Amino acid sequence: MSKQINVALIGNPNTGKTSVFNALTGLNQKVANYPGITVDKKEGLCKLSRVLKAHILDLPGTYSLNASSLDENIVIELLLNKNNKDFPDVAIIVSDVENFKRNLLLFTQIKDLEIPTILVINMADRMSAKGISLDIPYLEKVLKTKIALVSARKNTGIAYLKTLISNYRELSLEPCLNASSIDPTYFDQLQSAFPNQQLYKLWLVITQDVNFGKINRQEMDVAVFKTKSKSDLKRLQQKETIKRYQFINNVLKQGQTIDLSKAKDFRATLDRITMHTFWGYIIFFVVLLSIFQAIYDWSSTPMDYIDASFAQLSEWTKATLPSGVFTNLLADGIIAGIGGIVIFIPQIAFLFLFIAILEEIGYMSRVVFLMDRIMRRFGLSGKSVIPLISGTACAIPAIMATRNIENWKERLITILVTPFITCSARLPVYLIIISLVIPQGRFLGLSYQALTLMSLYLIGFGMAILSAATLNRILQFRSKSFFVVEMPSFKVPLIKNVAITVVEKTRSFVFEAGKIILAISVLIWVLASNGPGDSFKNASTIVKQEYVDLDSYQVDQKIAAYRLEHSYIGLIGKSIEPLIRPLGYDWKIGIGLVTSFAAREVFVGTLATIYSVGGNNPDTLKQKMSAEKRADGSAIFSLASGISLLLFYAFAMQCMSTLAVVKRETNSWKWPLIQLFGMTFIAYLISLIAFQLIQ
Amino acid sequence: MPTIADLKLGQSATIIDCSSEAIPFKLLEMGCLPGNKVKLLQVAPFLDPLYLNIDDAFVAIRRDTAALICIEIDPDE
Repeated sequence: MSKQINVALIGNPNTGKTSVFNALTGLNQKVANYPGITVDKKEGLCKLSRVLKAHILDLPGTYSLNASSLDENIVIELLLNKNNKDFPDVAIIVSDVENFKRNLLLFTQIKDLEIPTILVINMADRMSAKGISLDIPYLEKVLKTKIALVSARKNTGIAYLKTLISNYRELSLEPCLNASSIDPTYFDQLQSAFPNQQLYKLWLVITQDVNFGKINRQEMDVAVFKTKSKSDLKRLQQKETIKRYQFINNVLKQGQTIDLSKAKDFRATLDRITMHTFWGYIIFFVVLLSIFQAIYDWSSTPMDYIDASFAQLSEWTKATLPSGVFTNLLADGIIAGIGGIVIFIPQIAFLFLFIAILEEIGYMSRVVFLMDRIMRRFGLSGKSVIPLISGTACAIPAIMATRNIENWKERLITILVTPFITCSARLPVYLIIISLVIPQGRFLGLSYQALTLMSLYLIGFGMAILSAATLNRILQFRSKSFFVVEMPSFKVPLIKNVAITVVEKTRSFVFEAGKIILAISVLIWVLASNGPGDSFKNASTIVKQEYVDLDSYQVDQKIAAYRLEHSYIGLIGKSIEPLIRPLGYDWKIGIGLVTSFAAREVFVGTLATIYSVGGNNPDTLKQKMSAEKRADGSAIFSLASGISLLLFYAFAMQCMSTLAVVKRETNSWKWPLIQLFGMTFIAYLISLIAFQLIQ
Repeated sequence: MPTIADLKLGQSATIIDCSSEAIPFKLLEMGCLPGNKVKLLQVAPFLDPLYLNIDDAFVAIRRDTAALICIEIDPDE
């Protein structure tokens, strides 16, 4: 039987912690949520030897054990709770060569908790370029630990790190600092009140406002021991930090030498360009523009291929299997539904590819710097830019990413306006409607269709900003600003990290969103294939009597359309038709709007189902949609109705999952309901105006 | 007493006092402590935020926070 130990990866943000995690676990990892909260829990397995495996937990990045966000609380809660099933047998602190001093602050804190600790110094390959040299044996001695010099990029040092983990029992448990030296009298009192508890742990429980679980509370009811005022405690914490840095500086005086004459650094130059008052914005704009052009242009070929393949597969199924209800369900419900999910893979993969690369390079923090003052004018923060950009993928992770905005008002406004940003779920809706109603052609080398898509992104962004400014006036509460942004050094992106992010995000989209889309596709198929009363059952007789002079193919089409109109789903669509007719939509689009509430992209799947139910010819969805006519013979998807529909999707709140996340993040139903009604009202109004003007 | 908000582009200084409670703790942990060096590297449009090198850490903070950190400006070389 092999044995398994728990390993926790801890470190500051931007130290390449995730690269180390990827190097240790490879693709043998999964991302889940911590119970009850929406912080990603990344865990993986690493085989150390035939008899020993390590369960590796990649904890959220933190600068210290003084938590200021939910993500950071997780680290403390885990390290202070020995009863947690993930409590580490060994902690790996990941630091990097360039920020070694700062990284050691967290290291000395973890060390003081008397947990077996290994120190990883990552990005060791940059040492010579930075003119840094380290005296490892000396550092190991004074820091009372084992050190692994690692380059996740060059894949060096990982084997040695695995050996260190295997021999975790040999690690010293001795702390680096004596906590009581901060304020001896107070700490003596504390220790004598709780003689069985470790002193530094007591100190953390007192100073940190986190949930330690019932067991801990019984063990030491420290609430009664909060004899110091909040500002006294803060002063002590500052003293603690100064003490730790004194220790660290002494250690580094002997253990580290930096020869600045050898340092080759492009940082200053790159900073000057990317953060330039004028060029910085130009670069940002060009980056955004190329992302959109790429998403639109590069993914069109694979998407057309996927579209055509699924149409063929559906036909093939019908031709091969014996005809009947089951075959129809498979061909028109399930295969069409899966096709509607798979078709987004190219675009979502491209979007996450770009976001992952920009994060890896270290560019995102520069954007925060450039945008902060401008965003603040609208009640947002420079840090809102990252959620807003992530919102182009999906509002759900974007809203979760607002957690590092420390100011509550700025955070709330960001949460409220993020769903206006064009998410990837809107993309399929946009793409199919754009390709139907916007003419081919190019302007300055960019296609009209790509420009329309870009405008939709800009409109979404503009509406987000506008609503933020409005909310900023309406919402009257004060909160302090805690804006501190670390600027990481520029790095060449690691292909492995980017690839894992792209695969992970795409996979979670396909399986998480896909489940809902598939279920709804099947439900719609059922509702569309059944109907109440005689007009549905006797469709073929009624139509044949009415159109005696048509050929059999045309009659079949008429029958299919007649059946759909009298099915359950047809009735739902018709009942809302009066409401949406002023916007230029018919009842089939109405059905799409209703089902979109589960997830916007369901619109395309719904139409796919509706139209493949409505006929038997192998045309792909696009052709079927453009063939749709009103009673007067004009196309349903005209420029006016198309643009009205695009605008409706741009502004309406049509996503249950987003509302659920907003409820969880704001801890009230008030804000999600305001979003739901406010956004949908804006959408209706603007679409109405657009349709009536263009028509 | 001058604060970080008074620094000119490229100017260096030594931190004297940062005991104001309105200063985020994270900033202290990044090395914004009395005795450490600070240099103004860049200023965003509309003069805010400020991009600083504090004790070898590269951080951006807002002007209102910077105005809470008292410094002694290094004499020009």
